Order: sequence, then structure tokens, then C-alpha cells
Amino acid sequence: MKLKGWKELEMGAVIPEAGNAEQYNTGSWRAFRPQWIEENCIQCLFCWIYCPDSSVTVKDGKRGEFDYGHCKGCGVCAHECPGKKGNKAIVMVEEGN
Amino acid sequence: MGKKLAITGNQAVAEAMKQINPDVCAAYPITPSTEIMQRFASFVSDGVVDTELVTVESEHSAMSACIGASAAGGRVMTATSSQGLALMWEMLHIASGMRLPIAMALVNRALSAPLNIHGDHSDGMGSRDCGWIQLYSENAQEAYDNIFQAVRIAEHEDIRLPAMVCMDGFIISHSIESMEFLPDDVVKDFIGEFKPTNPLLDVDKPVTYGPLVLPDYYIEFKKAQHEAIKRAKRVTLEVAKEFEKISGRSYGLFESYRLEDAEIAIVVLNSAAGTAKDVVDAFRDKGIKVGLLKPRLFRPFPYEEVADALGGAKVIGVFDRADSFGGFGPMYMEIASAMVASGSSPLMINRIYGLGGRDFMPEDAEAVIKELVEIADTGKAGTLKEYIGVRE
Repeated sequence: MKLKGWKELEMGAVIPEAGNAEQYNTGSWRAFRPQWIEENCIQCLFCWIYCPDSSVTVKDGKRGEFDYGHCKGCGVCAHECPGKKGNKAIVMVEEGN
Repeated sequence: MGKKLAITGNQAVAEAMKQINPDVCAAYPITPSTEIMQRFASFVSDGVVDTELVTVESEHSAMSACIGASAAGGRVMTATSSQGLALMWEMLHIASGMRLPIAMALVNRALSAPLNIHGDHSDGMGSRDCGWIQLYSENAQEAYDNIFQAVRIAEHEDIRLPAMVCMDGFIISHSIESMEFLPDDVVKDFIGEFKPTNPLLDVDKPVTYGPLVLPDYYIEFKKAQHEAIKRAKRVTLEVAKEFEKISGRSYGLFESYRLEDAEIAIVVLNSAAGTAKDVVDAFRDKGIKVGLLKPRLFRPFPYEEVADALGGAKVIGVFDRADSFGGFGPMYMEIASAMVASGSSPLMINRIYGLGGRDFMPEDAEAVIKELVEIADTGKAGTLKEYIGVRE
């Protein structure tokens, strides 16, 4: 992305567009990546509720893939996931593996 | 023509604020500026103004509330002095960095320690680098006139920066002198309506103030701020021209007093300039070519124009009512920068006077001018920086 020059900036560093933090990719420094194992998922949406960064995408009431552009890998989703019959639907995997 | 009254500097500023009728004032009392907000609070309780007066628990909170109210879209004013301004320090940078046109009256007072409530310029000079426009005033009339102009300069669409109007604590704030008021409707027309940029209260267009800006953009915002405050020089002159039309009083970036053919120049800020002008007259009567420059717009500093005005002088004495300990006084540094940049090299001395409200007497100005005459004759400046009016 081409960075703007000083004349093109909004005065006083005001952000004029609501909700545009979504456009800023903040997931790059993640050490562990949550991995969704669909066959163990009961669609309880605990992960969606607990995620502090809105990185669990939900469509038509069902969760889909993680938004890795914003997930920091905190692991809260994996911790809260009840899984199915003792098998977690979210596990943390070290990045690069 | 407005009515003429005998009035204190603080009263004059409170009256100016009444005529401006700002949307929000947040303030905390501190000597010698207390009387401004005390009187203004009466205007609020009497229903003379529509202002929302926010009484807060400190000056840090006062400036914080001003910032919030200004970002919300209001015309905002406050007043303070000394330690109060010092406590506002981090918020002063936020007001300017967010480009919020807050107007503040600063009644200049010494900084502790030792504790002292009297007038010097340590507070104003200490906030020199906070990104605020600074206008200095010799007397109550100038303080009153500068308040209106400060609001106009700050709110100008090419600027959008906070501005402070400075006057000397007690010497001006508490002394009664005769001055002329402008009629309310004339002030109202001159001030106009405030049109905020990106007001937070515009719920149809939500915006965010105060985001984190990292090394990839911070310096671009500062460059924009630098360019904006530079423009304040031009706008100050434009506003002064308009103000002259409604008041008959003319203002510039600074006042030149008998400088045209001066071989010896002195630079004196605020109330002491009044005293020094009398002494300049006395030397002129003796045929000595002395002149005085009284800065008005200190931030942004008009380097080229000042150098031009002082260009003919062989020797310059710069008076500072504040010290940068271990360095030259703040005014000296500006004048020296101006002269060096212009390529002229007069002999320049720096004299620190009047700290903590010590009276500046005609004899003080006289002694320095005599010293300057000697320097002009011998071509040698002795001690460059020295305190005057101080006991051994």
C-alpha cells in the first residue's frame, strides 16, 4: 500500500471513517494459530462470544473460518471450546508448523 | 465607538469572554487568573451567557475537558496561570496535535520553587513548544483586543490550532487602567459562528479522535502541524487588519517603537515595554538613536520580519522575564536566531529582569541602554547574559 504524504492526511489524526480498523491487518505477530476442526464443532459459538478481536467469522448463525488477519493467537477460543465427546474443535498450533 | 472604562486586566478578559459567549468553559482557579473565571462564573449564573461552565478538580482536567468539548464541536475557552499551565502541559500538546482551536487567557506568573504568585514569563515561555499560538499583551486593552483576535486566528480554516493570550500577572491583571470596549454586536459580527471540523457530536458522521500513530505516519502529522502554525503569521495580520476596521486600533506581528533609524535596539515583551518606551524617549531627547521592539506573536515567531525591523541596529539588548537555566533567555534565543538567519551580525546582549514580579523600573532600562551605547562605541560586548535589578 502506498503511504500518504503529509498534505493528504486528515487534520489532527482524526479517523473520519467509522469501523475502518477492520482494514488494518493486525494478526501478523501471532505466535500460535487457532485451528478449527469442523467435525468436533457443535456450533455453540462460545469462540465467537469470547474472541476479544472479533476474529471468528459467523454466517447464518454458524461459525466459519478464523479471520487470521486480525487473530492475535491469544488462545481464549481454544480454552473455552467444549468440543464434542472430549475432542476440542479448536486447537492451538505454533506458527510456521 | 465603544464605552471607555477604568478596569483591571482580568475584568477586561472576563468581559471579552462574555462578549464571545463560548459554548464551553472548563477551568480551575489559580492566582492571578482566578478573577477571570470568577467573574465569568457570575455571567453564567446570571444567565448573561449561554456557556456550559465545567468546574473541574485540576488544570489537567480543565484542559482535558476543553479538549473533549472542542472535539465535540464547541467553541471553547479557559484561563490559567503558572503552575496551572504547567499541570496542563501534556494536554496542551494534545490540544494542538488534535488541531483544536481552544482559546486561553494566560495570566503570566512565575513558576515554583520558591513559591511565588507574581508576574514573570516562565509559564508562557515554558509552554513555547506545546504547539499553541501565543499572543502577548502589554496592557489590559491589548489583552482584551487579543482575545478576540486569538479566537479568529485559532478557528481560521487554514490554521485550526489552539491559541493563548498572555498578559502580566498583577501588573496588568490586577491594575486598573482606562480602556475602550467594543459594542456586543460588533464583537459578535467579528467573531462569527464557529464551524467545527469533524465534530464528535455529529452522530451521522462518526469519527475517531486520538488514535495511535506509529513511525510510518507520526512525522507527517507533525509536518502538517508545522505548516499550519506557520500560516498563523499571515492570518494574524489579516485578522489584525479586520480588527482595526472595527476598533481603530492597529496590531502587527510586533510593535516597532522608534526603530526606523535606531542604531541601538532593545527588545522588551509585555508590560515592561511600556516603561521602556518612556526611557527610549528620554534617550531620543538626548539625541541617542534608540528604538524598541515589543514582540506580540511569539508562536509562530516572525523571524524574517523581526530581523528586518532590527536590521539597522548595531547593538541589540534583549530583555527576558524568564530564564532558560544554563542557556540564554528564551526571547534572546529567538532574536539571535532571527538575526543570524538574516545574515546580519549585531552585537547582542541578554538581560534577565523582573523574575517573580520584581518591579522593572525606568532606571533598569536606562542602565541597559547606557551599556548598549558603550558597546556601540567600543564594539565590545562584555557579559552576554546577565541578571539585572538583583542584589549582590
